[in-house]
Amino acid sequence: MLKIKDLHANIDGKEILRGINLEVNPGEIHAIMGPNGSGKSTLSSVLAGNDKFEVTKGKVEFNGVDLLEMAAEERSREGIFLSFQYPVEIPGVSMVNFMRTAVNAHRAHRGEDPISASDFLRLMREKKNLVELDSKLANRAVNEGFSGGEKKRNEIFQMAMLEPKLSILDETDSGLDIDALRIVANGVNKLKTPENASIVITHYQRLLDYIVPDFVHVLYKGRIIKTAGKELALELEEKGYDWIIK
Amino acid sequence: MSEDKNIAQDYIDIFNDHRATIEHSCGKEVNAQREAAYKLFAEAGFPDSKDEDYRYTKVASYFSDNYGLDLAGKTAVADTLKGFSCSVPDIDAHTIYLINGWYYTESAIKDLPEGVILCSFSEASKKHPELFAKYYNQKAKESSDSTVHLNTMLAQDGIFFYVPKNVQMNKPVQLINVLSANVDMLSSQRSLIIVEDFAKAQILICDHTLTNHSFTANHVREIFVGNNAFFEYYLIENQHNKVNQVISSFIHQEANSNVHSSVVTLHNGNTRNNTFVTLAGENSNSELYGMAITDKQQHLDNFTEIDHAVPNCTSTELFKNVLDDTSTGAFKGRIIVRPDAQRTEAYQTNKNICLTPHAYINTRPQLEIYADDVKCSHGATVGQLDEEALFYMQARGISPEEARMLLMFAFTHEVIDQVRLESLKERLKTLVEKRLRGEISKCTGCAMCG
Ligand SMILES: Nc1ncnc2c1ncn2[C@@H]1O[C@H](COP(=O)(O)OP(=O)(O)OP(=O)(O)O)[C@@H](O)[C@H]1O
Ligand SMILES: [Mg+2]
Repeated sequence: MLKIKDLHANIDGKEILRGINLEVNPGEIHAIMGPNGSGKSTLSSVLAGNDKFEVTKGKVEFNGVDLLEMAAEERSREGIFLSFQYPVEIPGVSMVNFMRTAVNAHRAHRGEDPISASDFLRLMREKKNLVELDSKLANRAVNEGFSGGEKKRNEIFQMAMLEPKLSILDETDSGLDIDALRIVANGVNKLKTPENASIVITHYQRLLDYIVPDFVHVLYKGRIIKTAGKELALELEEKGYDWIIK
Repeated sequence: MSEDKNIAQDYIDIFNDHRATIEHSCGKEVNAQREAAYKLFAEAGFPDSKDEDYRYTKVASYFSDNYGLDLAGKTAVADTLKGFSCSVPDIDAHTIYLINGWYYTESAIKDLPEGVILCSFSEASKKHPELFAKYYNQKAKESSDSTVHLNTMLAQDGIFFYVPKNVQMNKPVQLINVLSANVDMLSSQRSLIIVEDFAKAQILICDHTLTNHSFTANHVREIFVGNNAFFEYYLIENQHNKVNQVISSFIHQEANSNVHSSVVTLHNGNTRNNTFVTLAGENSNSELYGMAITDKQQHLDNFTEIDHAVPNCTSTELFKNVLDDTSTGAFKGRIIVRPDAQRTEAYQTNKNICLTPHAYINTRPQLEIYADDVKCSHGATVGQLDEEALFYMQARGISPEEARMLLMFAFTHEVIDQVRLESLKERLKTLVEKRLRGEISKCTGCAMCG
């Protein structure tokens, strides 16, 4: 599904990604761990199409097409979803309007008509229940005044609405209390199918108790320096990163 | 003589040459004010760049074309209103028309509440001379803005709207201003509105230009709001690029009165909106809102002055502008708190989005506070659309164009949401959306302008 080959990326002339190689197949869950500043969010931003970052080398293929050629909105419509580490507040733009615009953009891309008002409300209700998102939140402006945890839950709600093929969850667990963590993880698991895949970026083994990864990668200074099974996360929790880096 | 002086002299000459014609169709109450106004204008000329309040708007240039004046109310193109529909239709209102500033009489208004007067100046002069004279030009004559005196010197007609004590109107008055001529034209319209104690009134003014000529509209509105009275004022400016508009509104408020004003500049060549508020009675409250969208080489200047003359009054101002292309703007908000106006609360906000590096706005608060127990705040921002928000929306599949639209709707709705006439609020949202999508590149409702 996703093939990253020797990916290099800069911001403001500073090289952050220094040769990433990663392959994700349908049905797989990949965890990416690594110290602060190692480039995890940069990798997700580059995959989502944030042109703040400049790709200087390498290739990314998504379902056989060149991902790097696509604008951010096309990547989303093709099925890539990024759950932001820091979701953005958009005062004055209602969740309903935002979601309807997004859903209709995806539908138009598939050659479908805009969703009817009643179908849209039904869809919103169904997905809200899935992640136990408070209805009050769905009636407000996008992320405005949401708590840290509410913002993360809202990301998963949007993911549920858009049903992506590949979801990239950038520290969706941070800022969540234990109950919320379980709810969000359940949401992710319920959305799991043999056809879709996830990249889960986290600092904590705890999340991986709920969302069980097939592979765990360690990203360090812009490179994946170790890949193993789910037991690696436990080991990292215990020993930190020093033993791999050395 | 400087260029500006020459332009002013032209109007002084016109006045001297045509004074008899100008006065012929007017009552003595209107004519009685001309001499003093003439002297003030002749003395001052147009405000120039040395005038701090006009620093960013070269207002004299708006008057420099070789304009005709519609001195007899006869210049309107035949069948002006045929096929015309205002961009704010279907509002349940008492609708009246002014064509080139002249009251248009075919549409007599029937179901007005008892005692309410809504008529032309000449009718007001004939039927209610004392009432008319008691208020006419009483605020405007004290103005330091010479464009106001130019209006008084030349003004002939407009609307007289009087709501007597205790009468609460439940339907708004909709005033549709139409400019229509086969020559370039200056219109000097005048309005006088009196809302007496415990009365309530709303007015919606829609400006339209129906021919593809240059126009300058130099309008003056005086509004007197009595004790415990309510008044709402909505102005929708929607005209073509060859229209210059200078509007001065004077709002005088007595105790416990409430005034809401929303000025929406959808499309106009050059616009200068002056709003002068005097809070003359305790516990009065004034709310001024403004929203403008400019593009191409348009220019917009909102000037407000709120005079807290007595204690315990509140004022709120929120003005937001979206500037595209090489359009320019200015905002200046003066707040005066007189020495004994204790416990004044005055809040002022001006926010602007410049969509291109060439769009430009100058924004300036001016607080003159002479009392000590006062809550005052002011804030101004000039920025671009939030890049992070744009990317966030794109990452959800929304195109950059649509994402920009959503942000601009959000930005402008903060003002439109203040509108209290529900049907107008919805209509305005539609108009703003059309405007931002580039679907109103000229005034709607008119077939002829380009
Ligand atoms: N806009 C920017 N300008 C300059 N440097 C940046 C910018 N954004 C990120 N960086 C740098 O890139 C490096 C990688 O950042 P990134 O956010 O990808 O790390 P991360 O692995 O996600 O860290 P964390 O675990 O703290 O979320 C950091 O050194 C960071 O300071
Ligand atoms: Mg990060």
